[in-house]
Amino acid sequence: MNEYDGLVFELSVPGRVGYSLPEADVPEADPARLLPAAHLRRTPAALPEVSEFDAVRHYTRLSRMNYGVDTHFYPLGSCTMKYNPKINEDMARLPGFARLHPLTPEDASQGALQLMGELGEMLAEIVGMDAASLQPAAGAQGELTGVLMIRAFHLDREGSPRKKILVPDSAHGTNPASTAIAGYQTVQIKSDQNGEVDLLDLERHVDEDVAALMITVPNTLGLFESRILEATELCHAKGAQVYMDGANLNALLGLTRPGDLGFDIVHMNLHKTFTTPHGGGGPGAGPVAFKAHLAPHMPTPAVVRDADVWRLDWKRPKSIGKVQSFWGNFGMHVRAYTYIRTMGPEGLRAVSENAILNANYIRARLLSHYDLPYEGASMHEVVFSARRQKAQGASATDIAKRLLDLGFYAPSIYFPLIVEEALMIEPTETESKETLDAFCDAMIRIAEEAQSHPEMLAEAPVTTPVRRLDQTQAARQPNLRWTPRGRTS
Amino acid sequence: MRHGETMRYLSTTPTQRAEMLRAIGVGDVEALIERIPSKARLGRDLAIPAALAEGDLVAHLRGLAERNADADRYVSFLGGGAYDHYIPSAINHLLLRGEFFTAYTPYQPEASQGTLRTIYEYQTMICELTGMDVTNASLYDGGSALAEAALMAHSVTERDQIVVSGALSPLARRVVETYCAGPRLPVKTVAWADGVTDLDALRKAVTGKTACVMVQYPNFFGCLEDLDQAAAIAHERGALLVVSIDPVALALLRPPGEAGADIVVGEGQGLGNHLNFGGPYLGLFSCRKELVRRMPGRLVGATVDRDGKRGFVLTLQTREQHIRREKATSNICTNVALIALAATIHTALLGKEGLRRAATLSTAKAHYAAEALERVPGVSRRFAAPFFKEFALRLPKKPGTVLRALRRRRILGGVELAQFDRRLKDSILVAVTERRTRAEIDAYAEALASVVA
Repeated sequence: MNEYDGLVFELSVPGRVGYSLPEADVPEADPARLLPAAHLRRTPAALPEVSEFDAVRHYTRLSRMNYGVDTHFYPLGSCTMKYNPKINEDMARLPGFARLHPLTPEDASQGALQLMGELGEMLAEIVGMDAASLQPAAGAQGELTGVLMIRAFHLDREGSPRKKILVPDSAHGTNPASTAIAGYQTVQIKSDQNGEVDLLDLERHVDEDVAALMITVPNTLGLFESRILEATELCHAKGAQVYMDGANLNALLGLTRPGDLGFDIVHMNLHKTFTTPHGGGGPGAGPVAFKAHLAPHMPTPAVVRDADVWRLDWKRPKSIGKVQSFWGNFGMHVRAYTYIRTMGPEGLRAVSENAILNANYIRARLLSHYDLPYEGASMHEVVFSARRQKAQGASATDIAKRLLDLGFYAPSIYFPLIVEEALMIEPTETESKETLDAFCDAMIRIAEEAQSHPEMLAEAPVTTPVRRLDQTQAARQPNLRWTPRGRTS
Repeated sequence: MRHGETMRYLSTTPTQRAEMLRAIGVGDVEALIERIPSKARLGRDLAIPAALAEGDLVAHLRGLAERNADADRYVSFLGGGAYDHYIPSAINHLLLRGEFFTAYTPYQPEASQGTLRTIYEYQTMICELTGMDVTNASLYDGGSALAEAALMAHSVTERDQIVVSGALSPLARRVVETYCAGPRLPVKTVAWADGVTDLDALRKAVTGKTACVMVQYPNFFGCLEDLDQAAAIAHERGALLVVSIDPVALALLRPPGEAGADIVVGEGQGLGNHLNFGGPYLGLFSCRKELVRRMPGRLVGATVDRDGKRGFVLTLQTREQHIRREKATSNICTNVALIALAATIHTALLGKEGLRRAATLSTAKAHYAAEALERVPGVSRRFAAPFFKEFALRLPKKPGTVLRALRRRRILGGVELAQFDRRLKDSILVAVTERRTRAEIDAYAEALASVVA
């Protein structure tokens, strides 16, 4: 199977079809008589011609060239690669949801609006906020939405959006990127020797020009920011808002809530904490939940309830507007709703407790084999450094590639940026002790190999469909589409 | 910790938990979370409903689903950016391969060749349809793709003004306005005339400060714009032409790349994806190769491995947020890869002939429907411009009332246009895909006749 090297274009045989469409049942079906010639395509698009079975075998074979959570432990830090329940998929495919058009009138889509309304209420309770908007399509769009809401808030109150947003040096790259798109200058705040936000540096930077502090809790080192209450107070004293990147919310369910930590707004990644699948890169969903003072600025429309009737409320003059054409990734909302109703309050708390337990177990087992740059108690993930192994001749990349050969996907590597040769490991709560032990055994074996024959690690992987790939060639001579003669474009 | 029904996604037994805690060197999980300030600890259960057993939950969700007028139980003529096109069964079976749907962004290419290859195929297919050189791995939806195009045009031209056709989806235009608020890019809307962009007004609106002109093809009213003219007007003043498209239409219609478009975006839902009440959908994004380094989103490229074997990687990543942070071309990280995969499989199955046939049948049935509905006394097409699969219809009675009466006959007759444009308060937008039969269209015409009589 690893020998498969097909692309669907290369399977194409003229005249083959993979579809079943009816014959025309209307009298005139010649486009040349229906549309002006100038609008018609002169040559057909060069799309493949394959049978249904050709396609099924091809894509099934391609799927087998992937590692996924269903097939492999996937400890990709910060991404919360937990089990994606099958029932969620069935519920999202109910015709009343999957086959529902977004412009169906409100009185004919009450079930969908109720689901969205109730999901928003449950998410707001989970994070200790007053209301939520489900519209953002992913975490980064949640960030942009949140920053734009903060911008609108300051503009409304002070006549100016303020100028700067403070972001710790350990932050996800999306934080400064979202900030920049929203028209703000990003100011980086240092981490202290414990890997937490340096409060002195924060105090130095927070002033009346600061619109917000944007911070991830637990942070990307997997550490809970123990002085977060002081940090949020410091910001509020200067009129700044505090935004929580909720990428790591999986550590906090039922234990503490961003709203109770002083945050004004938080985004959640439904594809991380709330089990909607990652899909090879998406779709996700990135709802934002916020305190009441930010609610006038939420995206339109809001899903609201008048007695027993749900509707879309467009009359919100202080809204930032829309971030999606329609109402958000509803299919993901159905999955997250299904998950939350499956788990209930006790189940959600058990999620976070087990996520923390699993990360700390890995940490305990690997502690003597890899360097731990920050020693504070881990929450849902642990960040090691492979600097010892690097000195022996095996980089974080080599370790990651070797893991692929040993039957595991790799941790996030070289992130956060403040850790040299970072290995960011997030097991999630859904992995069993047996899997964690097997992974730790593999990591220990690799640490030993780094000492005894690091050159072997540099050769890894050897069991995957391809070996290490030439990134330089890919970037220098971009070949971004197939052509019959393999011509680059 | 209880170990019962709600715990089926957790596999650690109480005995194992004790072993793990011993290995960690603590007595309980509480000892691991001492850094959470005690006054911020929740100290109670979350106030959300108690867990439901699988059977009860299914019944509950079915109940919610059944309260919606979906396109299975109703005959749907709804469009306006989302369409009820044919979806081959095979797609769902392939999407549900766990290796596809439970993987993430292919950061480790050696263990992600399946995803990378499908994206490379997708990029090729969308380039073929749009007539453009380069396509990215997807953005969230048509609206956000259009907004990203505005930001990209601003960065390429170093100009501020965004000129948008008033015949472009009003929903997508609102997304453009939101994204343009931060960098303070003025968005100017050009009026429509008889259902298409008023080219004289466009000519007047475009200046030396214009970053791009944005039009939709077919436009929000289903009408076909003159892309050559739009391109000429934009390019004369050094602005880019951005065209928002329907990929199904481009199996039949002339690709905007041939008309000189610089950036082509669009809503890709019609390629093998369900209506899903508005999402997840598929943001298409293509451009000319000269602009590739300013492009938002991920790109997959072909290369070779150490043994010289063909392989695929994420490439040109120095544009992206995880490398460039605040200097990135976009903040996008998670995209809609699985929806793009559905589009890829759909385009492979329908292929060269099938996609064109779906487009042709949609056009033919839409034209048949327009004629049949226009025969109803008092009903007329709102615009005379050529249209693809969607058209505006003027009604002799209040559209809301007419549509409600049709709904009682299990017909979703169209989208009320009053919510988007007060000048169209007497009109609805009717979409017809290849899935609608002549009998359904005739029944619609008959029902409409009795409702407006």
